[in-house]
Amino acid sequence: MKFRKIGLMALASLFVASACGGAPAAPTAAPAAKATDAPKPAATAAPAAGDVVTIEYWQYNFQARIDAMNELIKQFEAQNPGIKVVHNSEIPYDNFLDKIAASAPAGVGPDVATMFNGWVPSWVNAGYLVPLPEKDFPPADIEKNFTSMVQGTKFQGKYWALPTAVRSLALFWNKDMFKAAGLDPEKPPATLDEFVDYAKKLTKTEGGKITQEGFAVEMNGQAHQWFREILTRQFGQIPFSADNKTLNYGSATACNAWKWLTKFETDYKTGSNDLFDGATTAFTNGKLALHIDGSFRLGALAKAKDLNFGVATLPTKDGINANFGSFWTHGITKKGAADPRRLEAAVKFLKFITSPAAGTLWVKTTGELPAQLTAAADPTLQSDPKLGAFAKAMGYSYATFFVDETKQRKNLIDAFDAVRLQNAEPCAALADAVKKDQALYDEFWAKNK
Amino acid sequence: MSLNTRRVIWAYAFLLIPLAFFLFIRFAPTLFSFDVSLRAFNPLAEVKPYVGLENFAKVFKDIGDPTHPTRKAFENTFKYVLIGTPIQLVLALGIALLLNSITRFRTIFRVIYFIPFVTSAVAVAWVWRALYMPDFGFLNLVLGLFGLPSQRFLLDINQSLPSVTAVVVWQGLGFAIIIFLAGLQAIPETFYEAARVDGASRWDIFRHITVPLLNPTIVYLAVLQTIAFLRMFTEVINLTRQGDGGPLNSTTTVVLRVYREGFGSQNMGYAAALTVVLFFVIMLITLVQMKFLQRRFEY
Repeated sequence: MKFRKIGLMALASLFVASACGGAPAAPTAAPAAKATDAPKPAATAAPAAGDVVTIEYWQYNFQARIDAMNELIKQFEAQNPGIKVVHNSEIPYDNFLDKIAASAPAGVGPDVATMFNGWVPSWVNAGYLVPLPEKDFPPADIEKNFTSMVQGTKFQGKYWALPTAVRSLALFWNKDMFKAAGLDPEKPPATLDEFVDYAKKLTKTEGGKITQEGFAVEMNGQAHQWFREILTRQFGQIPFSADNKTLNYGSATACNAWKWLTKFETDYKTGSNDLFDGATTAFTNGKLALHIDGSFRLGALAKAKDLNFGVATLPTKDGINANFGSFWTHGITKKGAADPRRLEAAVKFLKFITSPAAGTLWVKTTGELPAQLTAAADPTLQSDPKLGAFAKAMGYSYATFFVDETKQRKNLIDAFDAVRLQNAEPCAALADAVKKDQALYDEFWAKNK
Repeated sequence: MSLNTRRVIWAYAFLLIPLAFFLFIRFAPTLFSFDVSLRAFNPLAEVKPYVGLENFAKVFKDIGDPTHPTRKAFENTFKYVLIGTPIQLVLALGIALLLNSITRFRTIFRVIYFIPFVTSAVAVAWVWRALYMPDFGFLNLVLGLFGLPSQRFLLDINQSLPSVTAVVVWQGLGFAIIIFLAGLQAIPETFYEAARVDGASRWDIFRHITVPLLNPTIVYLAVLQTIAFLRMFTEVINLTRQGDGGPLNSTTTVVLRVYREGFGSQNMGYAAALTVVLFFVIMLITLVQMKFLQRRFEY
């Protein structure tokens, strides 16, 4: 009968459809099963004395950084004829962790690798990195020469990685909007109080809808970093205990900073991340006057030809300056440390790429800031109209010791949403978020006595 | 060897190739993720020890916690199924009936309805994001023309899930319409004629002839669309701010949680355990559906 046929056809096509159609089944954790793009094998046999030592360096595919690193490698190899560096940067960002993970058990992979500063504890826990040899990288020197951010990656009392360059936050402002509102376009707000004042003055509404935002809190952007590391300090609360085990950014003092931030959306109504597809997009498209963002935004803003903007150091409160930074940092892997000659070469390479000269070269190519304080103090850099604000903050920038950046970020985003969408009491919402973060830290430290 | 035996051997030989492919691409990774779910799996570590059912214990503990994103993910996923599947099937059947009753331009209409289905889900999601934008998005501009207040859609805790559902229903409509059309056209005209001769109304014909004889099609589509809604991921991650399933976990789905836990927080073991739980949920629902929806109608 016709219906049997249709039924059978339907069943058959059901199999076909499920075999090839639609979204794949829930992602399976199978990094080792990726048969395609096997990592380039490095020279695994120890070369005889007098031979060239080859070390392998990996970072994810980001053109500006690739160019900068190629230049550094060229200089390094010229100075060290016995060492050759293989630069593997063909890995897309999304696959970077997968590729590293796949290479580790296969015994191939980098001798020196670049990782996000937040990943250091995870990589150390997995046994993937070796601590930086103290005779080559004395901790006292690190703390003297590098921006204070680097201390954020100290783990188990040791340093495991060093950066060439770092990113920090600054205040971006739209000069045309300032002029239109009767404010001096060359004088951004210098204190938190001025900031609130300017934000209110720069907000325009039409028929109940906001047509120009004064300031919008982008919690899923940099606002959560601004709150956690900077505003808390400016209101008188150090967010973390010295051993990074106790979280203090849920205290009553810290909540003053939190309430200061939530008022923009609940009371002053100067803007919202819900409008114009997010604060960063709004600023880029000339719909937002004041924006807190990182140095990495400069590249995208440069493409907005009509945007007349300035960059300034973050506003202060009671004279307290603080900034937040993050960075990609280079470490030596277990594979690199296995062979003494490769370890020696890796140490030399690491020293070279984290030197002040390397930092200065990096700025020119990538626009990131040098991690070494001497390079950051370079007068040309300090007076640069776009980078100067970031460079000036190097001396008081902090990097957060994240245990799970994704979740910690989400907890603050949710707390902020609870306040603005569900009228939650700000301090209660904040305390709830910090409680969840504390649970993450407790779990982490329980596994890492 | 008889001719029939040889034919059967050829049939099996041809079936073997896609079966092998299927086993390698679908079954092997599934078994691998079952294995991962029993381990503490940090992708960078050399040793990924077995921890028994610890990951599953954590999954069920989280499901029991009303504020936990995993619990919300399951709630939302079931909401998507219960809202999305019926609406999509009813709409698709309605449109298919209309298409079936016209003769001119039928192909053009079919193409128009099918185009969203073959469009990239990511592209569709991003365009809808722009349409849903508060104040100045297209939908709100239209509402403004009628004097209605601007809605926040994807950014409102209560409107976000229906907004996402609308996009998914819209995109999958074409597929369901085509299948329904095929099913409608398979119903012999003689049944309709006989019914009309007997004086049956349009509604009677629909209720007693069309729908029962469409039963295999309805079952097929119900099962398929339910599975698709249970596995929803692409639309949610593209429609929500930075794919967070928000605001406040109001749109997150189980597969999105798997992705975030597995690749964002590197809890591969937990993520794999979650996929195993989802696997059994989907299997259970599918079996229940096939048992209770399937009826045979002989006329």
